[in-house]
Amino acid sequence: MKGDFTSNLGRIYGTYTGGFAVFVILLAILEQVGVPNAVIGYLFVFFTIAVYAGIGILSRTMQVSEYYVAGRKVPAFYNGMATAADWMSAASFIGMAGSLYLLGYDGLAFVLGWTGGYVLVAVLIAPYLRKFGAYTVPDFLGSRYGGNLARAVGILVLFSCSFTYIVAQVTGTGVIASRFLDIQFELAVFVGLVGILVCSMMGGMRAVTWTQVAQYIVLIIAYLIPVVILSAQRTGVPLPQIMYGEVLQQISALEIEHGGAGGYLEGARAHLEPYTSYNPLNFFALILCLMVGTASLPHVLMRFFTTPSVRDARRSVGWALLFIFILYFTAPAYAAFAKLEIYENVLGTAISTLEEIEALPEWVFIYGNLGMVTICGLTGGPEQAFTAQALFDACQALGVDGVLTHAQFAINRDVVVIATPEIAGLPYVIAGLVAAGGLAAALSTADGLLLAIANALSHDIYYRMIDPQASTRRRLVVARILLIVVAVFAAIVAGTRPAGILAMVAWAFSLAAAGLFPALIMGVWWKRTTKEGAILGMLAGGGVTLFYLVMTRYFDMELWFGVANISAGIFGIPVAFLVTYVVSLMTPEPSKEMQDFIDELRRPHGEAMMQEKTSA
Amino acid sequence: MTDGTGITPEQGQRHWAKSKGLMWFTLFVWFIFSFGIHIFNGYLNEIVILGFPLGFYMAAQGSLIIFVILIFWFANRQNAIDREFGVAEDE
Repeated sequence: MKGDFTSNLGRIYGTYTGGFAVFVILLAILEQVGVPNAVIGYLFVFFTIAVYAGIGILSRTMQVSEYYVAGRKVPAFYNGMATAADWMSAASFIGMAGSLYLLGYDGLAFVLGWTGGYVLVAVLIAPYLRKFGAYTVPDFLGSRYGGNLARAVGILVLFSCSFTYIVAQVTGTGVIASRFLDIQFELAVFVGLVGILVCSMMGGMRAVTWTQVAQYIVLIIAYLIPVVILSAQRTGVPLPQIMYGEVLQQISALEIEHGGAGGYLEGARAHLEPYTSYNPLNFFALILCLMVGTASLPHVLMRFFTTPSVRDARRSVGWALLFIFILYFTAPAYAAFAKLEIYENVLGTAISTLEEIEALPEWVFIYGNLGMVTICGLTGGPEQAFTAQALFDACQALGVDGVLTHAQFAINRDVVVIATPEIAGLPYVIAGLVAAGGLAAALSTADGLLLAIANALSHDIYYRMIDPQASTRRRLVVARILLIVVAVFAAIVAGTRPAGILAMVAWAFSLAAAGLFPALIMGVWWKRTTKEGAILGMLAGGGVTLFYLVMTRYFDMELWFGVANISAGIFGIPVAFLVTYVVSLMTPEPSKEMQDFIDELRRPHGEAMMQEKTSA
Repeated sequence: MTDGTGITPEQGQRHWAKSKGLMWFTLFVWFIFSFGIHIFNGYLNEIVILGFPLGFYMAAQGSLIIFVILIFWFANRQNAIDREFGVAEDE
């Protein structure tokens, strides 16, 4: 092959995509000739992890700038793909369509909130951080706000928002691996941990970048295929994103017909009606917090440090959002198709005799046995088989006679995506594909987060604050040790299945939004911002947000203006801006050098401002 | 080689003033499609296209498409401004 790696990217990833398609077809053939499902599941998980590991090992490096920012050689298009994989977690891949199923219109706050933030990234932050040439987000704070105090506060906020997030991702890999490999959860977490480490340890950012591109390709194919086939089956056109309009109308018609008193959809939320779950204040507050949070999360921002130029950094944000959009505008279609299936074929069907119950769709029993579907109070699991007989007994005991109603039916939100292959009656290989996609989503996000945390430890704390004289070799060894320590620690916490931590993931957005956003953008856009202003602003904003989160969740504090816990940033963000502004005006203007530094930051021309020492 | 352009402070200020103008305009469009139009979701939902009530459609797809276009448009505009004042990167 002629030329270096970056000039052959199109051919390399084209071949990779083709190879993946051949692999899926091969497994489909194996399934047809009678290879058991369990083997198909194993092949999917191990083959994909082996490919990511291969990329990770091929991308190994002993250069500091390769390790931290992939040598700043990642083209805008590919950085966009890597950012999309970095951004979309197991929750986006598996959970979002389910949230839309449950919440209807109000769930779109997540779709809007997790996309619109990229406008803020492109306009306000990413190009300037790229021009500065930071390795980490605290690195920028340390230079702009003169010293280790600002850096340390930045690291504190980074930890508080990224650590819970990575625990959730490791848990996600464990859940997927345990379901498809049929192994114990604690062991599955370990498999996930290995998958995460092989991608990142040898090559840092460089390895993570190229595995994330590969993971994006797997996850987007896996997300689109089931719903495209389902759309072709139900509407005759394989474009679910357009065809679900029809489905929405059918859902509404059923809601009107059967939603009244005594109807089987009595009490069901109207799918298209705004504000059935959130009031307008909470709906818009949530959008704002998610958007501003997106624009402040360090693992997202650091992806834009890797482009060859400031110009590429801007364009790269556009590519990233385009690639994210492909998944996010498909999620509501998943929700609509699943809802129609349930409203037509599950709810409203007669369940007064055993024969009628046996006629329920097969997927109801499959997921009932996994404890993800509850009917008449019956939840399946290791102790309680979800059989037609058990279901019949449960419904009879409750005196449910006639048809299955909305009130007697509950579904875990993850089912919406995972069960689509079964709903469409597709072979097991497609279910395996979905698992591989979910695993890719969880691994890619975990890798990005792991680097964000470990790099803050190795670059900001060790190199900048403890030993600025450290040799290149030593820095890279320390970086890798810390990477392993953070990963193992996250896996240990995940192994305990901490319910509380999973609930706290949504906190990351509000904490990042209030703790980092004002300091980052004011540092670029308002020259007068002083060190004292920024530090106190970060502490005040993060502090108010954390106070609200903890007090409302654990100490039953009354909600302020009825704003839900998840949107706590709505209080912290203005406080941070205000404190930064007022304190800056009360303290002496930044020095002439700092003002020149900001001027330089605003002009793309020239090299990155922070240059790595070329030789020690 | 941190400042090889040698542009005057006035040019620098005009570059930044124009960049700021672009920033405010872009954020205005962002604000409209993040919040503004969704306030009217009740009215928009009266209009139904291909089965999609318009208010639902804008939150599920329309605003997202605008965001993608907006970022690419912004990137091109800002690059043009940088070139105009001679502070763009070398091609």
